[in-house]
Amino acid sequence: MNEYFLSILVFSPLLGIAVLALMPKTQEVAIKAVGFLATLPALVLALVAFIGGSDHLKKYDIQIEWIRFGDYEAFDLFKIDYELGLNGFSLVLIVLTAVISTLAAIASIHIKKEWKGYFMLFLLLEVGMLGVFAAQNLILFFIFFEITMIPMFFLIGKWGYFEKEKAAYSYLIYNGLGSAILLIVIMVLFARTGTANIDALAQLMAVENANTVAPFSETLKFGLLIALLIAFGVKLPIFPLHTWMLRVHVQAPPAIVMLHSGILLKIGAFGLIRFGMGIFPEQFKSIAVLLAVLGVVNLLYGAFLAFKQSDFKMVLAYSSISHMGIVLIGLGALNEAGIQGAIFQVVSHGLISALLFFLVGVFYERFHTSTIANLGGMAKGMPLAAGFLLAGAMASLGLPGMSGFVSEFMAFLGLFEEMPILAAIGCIGIIMTAVYLLRAVLGMTYGRANRDFIAVSDLKSVEFIPVVALLALIVLIGVYPSVLSDPLHSTLETIMLGLGG
Amino acid sequence: MDLDTLLSYQWGAMAPEFIILGVATILSIVDLFAPKRFDRRILGWVGFAGILAALAALMNLFAVDTVTILYDTFKLDAFAKVFKLLLLIGAALIMLLAIGYRPKEGMEEFKGEFYYLLLAGLLGTMIMSSSGDLITLFVGLELLSLSSYILAGIRKKHLPSNESAMKYIINGSIATAVTLFGMSYLYGITGTTNLAEMTNVLPQLNNSQYSYLMGIAFFMLLVGLSFKLATAPFHMWAPDVYQGAATPVTAFLSVVSKTAGFVILIRMVVIVFSNTQAGATGVDSVTPLLFKLQDFIAVLAGVTMVVGNVIALRQRNIKRLFAYSSIAHAGYLLVAVTSMSVFMFESIWFYLGAYLFMNVGAFAVIQLMTANNDNEDIAQFAGMYKRTPWLAVAMGVFILSLAGIPGTAGFIGKLNIFMGALISEPAHYILAALMIATTVVSYFYYFGILTQMFFRPSPVDGEVEKKKIPVGIGVAIGICVLATIAFGLFPNTALDFFHTNFGGFQ
Repeated sequence: MNEYFLSILVFSPLLGIAVLALMPKTQEVAIKAVGFLATLPALVLALVAFIGGSDHLKKYDIQIEWIRFGDYEAFDLFKIDYELGLNGFSLVLIVLTAVISTLAAIASIHIKKEWKGYFMLFLLLEVGMLGVFAAQNLILFFIFFEITMIPMFFLIGKWGYFEKEKAAYSYLIYNGLGSAILLIVIMVLFARTGTANIDALAQLMAVENANTVAPFSETLKFGLLIALLIAFGVKLPIFPLHTWMLRVHVQAPPAIVMLHSGILLKIGAFGLIRFGMGIFPEQFKSIAVLLAVLGVVNLLYGAFLAFKQSDFKMVLAYSSISHMGIVLIGLGALNEAGIQGAIFQVVSHGLISALLFFLVGVFYERFHTSTIANLGGMAKGMPLAAGFLLAGAMASLGLPGMSGFVSEFMAFLGLFEEMPILAAIGCIGIIMTAVYLLRAVLGMTYGRANRDFIAVSDLKSVEFIPVVALLALIVLIGVYPSVLSDPLHSTLETIMLGLGG
Repeated sequence: MDLDTLLSYQWGAMAPEFIILGVATILSIVDLFAPKRFDRRILGWVGFAGILAALAALMNLFAVDTVTILYDTFKLDAFAKVFKLLLLIGAALIMLLAIGYRPKEGMEEFKGEFYYLLLAGLLGTMIMSSSGDLITLFVGLELLSLSSYILAGIRKKHLPSNESAMKYIINGSIATAVTLFGMSYLYGITGTTNLAEMTNVLPQLNNSQYSYLMGIAFFMLLVGLSFKLATAPFHMWAPDVYQGAATPVTAFLSVVSKTAGFVILIRMVVIVFSNTQAGATGVDSVTPLLFKLQDFIAVLAGVTMVVGNVIALRQRNIKRLFAYSSIAHAGYLLVAVTSMSVFMFESIWFYLGAYLFMNVGAFAVIQLMTANNDNEDIAQFAGMYKRTPWLAVAMGVFILSLAGIPGTAGFIGKLNIFMGALISEPAHYILAALMIATTVVSYFYYFGILTQMFFRPSPVDGEVEKKKIPVGIGVAIGICVLATIAFGLFPNTALDFFHTNFGGFQ
């Protein structure tokens, strides 16, 4: 059972796709129910693994021979195995993925057309996301990475808002380029070492002049790391590579943005930590300052532009850029506090942005707008929703007691230790975060009312589930950070060992 | 030559060729004498059965060691076997397309020709893949070319079809002439037409003047063969011919004919020139000429990928679009030829196999979508998902595979080529980067088709027309979808097969 545990976890949504394929496409309620139920097995299994503790993760590893290029069986080279596995970091992200997927499936009640195709793509997307975090070799990682791309293209392009096709294309091209660069890195590594296994690669790269199929110069390693930074920089996104992500945030349906902002962006951070730090620790040290600078730029740029936006979705989009800056800051610090802060921020922002985008979906459903001015005075008609919105915003701006605070605190703690001046500049961003979020949220909840909110219903039955669940998790991490830091403990130690600290 | 020598040959090695030849002959005779009202489609099914029989005969031969007959002019080695397999499968699928081909204006009276010319072309490609001599190589090439010229113009009263045939024959003849000129150099220098003898003679030529002559021969051959492969800058004929020709013929040209082009390129150019020294003295005397000239193939590959993919962006006609797409794919394959890595044969074979299924499949769908009216605009695909969801999904699979998305055979093929380009020392970083960059460019037009199929509303309002899919085409599409996905998820089935059967080669 243990052997197939991860495979079942990752591929369980396929069962839902199979069931959906057999259903008539007009039964809206049934389709939505199946779509929701199909996300549950993965959630349950992920929680089982999480509760099982991070010390026994090795037992879930699976390795089956899959592809073998060339006739090198004797040397055990150029083979790609189907290998999945877990460590503390990937386990946390898998749980996050499973949770947000289930909640996004609930948020999908607002989808208006072609539910069958929607949920089939949705579930395929979930398979891709789960697989990305579980993959133990680079090529498998890449395959899952690309599997997320195709459903996203269709989900944005078909179910999005007004400029959906443009957004879908810009998503496709930016991410296509990003993954093209990633593929080059992966294939250089694979072709020159004959293995794609992440741990094996990390060991090979750690040894000077390792015995590989083709030689690796220091310049090549450095070049590969820079290429990785660009590839994942598109995904994260890092400052000049972010335009596609704004379009997606604004044009995609809110349920999909929950996944996009909550998980897909995190693949960028995951990749940087797992591959950048894991495989090229020496070279990573030399770009740490660059990362920290990029992080501060992201943080400030996002925060200042968020302040100017009139559409709440745009505020959140820029806020995502700004918050991803904190991840970079944490990584740039290169000490335990910093990296832990970065990982915390990954999880925390995933939960917070999912919550906020779910609320955007709720508002859009009722008012058909997400412009701040048009939503003014909403607290009158929807006091509960307004309350949750405020709570989400507080979490996002880093109110102590909520997850945002823990992660920002740790990331900055790390950076202050290494580069105090840069950290001080970065702190302006934290202040700006409070300013733009309060401006937007207060403008919506208590601002001047341009309409009356008489016939508007507040949050209803199922809509409570995502909101309450997400807020509970945010608070849980805020008051009891050990729930996250315990499973991450061993992973962090491995990373620090690789960095030689 | 007396009867005894004749009988001493292992004719069994030529069984697949004989079967195809026999069936083609029977078909042409039946076609000649059959009454006018006789349904010629039966001939197509006979042809299809013939190809399957040849396939079975070929499978039987896999256990046999390398056989050479007819004074080494015909050689059944591992190389020939694995590539013949691709050619036969491709031809079988295209035959299914041809059986289901019913254009608006009648071509019933030529239908018989259609089938046996297809077989004749196939025979030419098979001879090419097995030939151990310039003469047989050339005969095979001409058999293929001549059949293709007629096939391109098979729709006698259709203007674009005529134009297509005309362009093809003029360009093709020039290409043949250039190839032949190159071959004459080889013969002149080595004094033999036999490839095996040539590889014995060539290493002994240690006059540096020869390497210049060999260089000229190389360029002539490369240019001549580039026409068959449709690589830039020798691709100009392809879009017009692809557009004008009947869809099954287009599929034949873009799959079987291209495969044959690569077969002959490897058979002749790669093998001959890797046995030629680059010069008489110093390092040159131990480097094969081919490695010296590698950069030229690299440039050809790069230009082909860029031209194919970039011009495809502007196409509105679906068949023209696929013409440029197939040019681009020839470019990817040339990357594998350029890198000359240990994975060269494997990656070319696998990619051609993957390309066969995804491209024939795509052409089958195109044929169905454009059959009713000769409108080949890309808008014809609008709302296809609403009208014929299964067909749209099948087309989606083919297009994703052509674009090289994971989970499909196209991805594994690209991966393999890519790896070959990076493993050689020095690695071909620029070429590899160019390949991947142009692949991203190709997303634009491939996803443009997907956009039409899945996002755009159908131009036909109201009642959704139900299309009846001819059995043959339905089967072909089914096989192609299955193969594209199966070789994408479990590529080892094909790769293992290749390793077991190809292991002993070279």
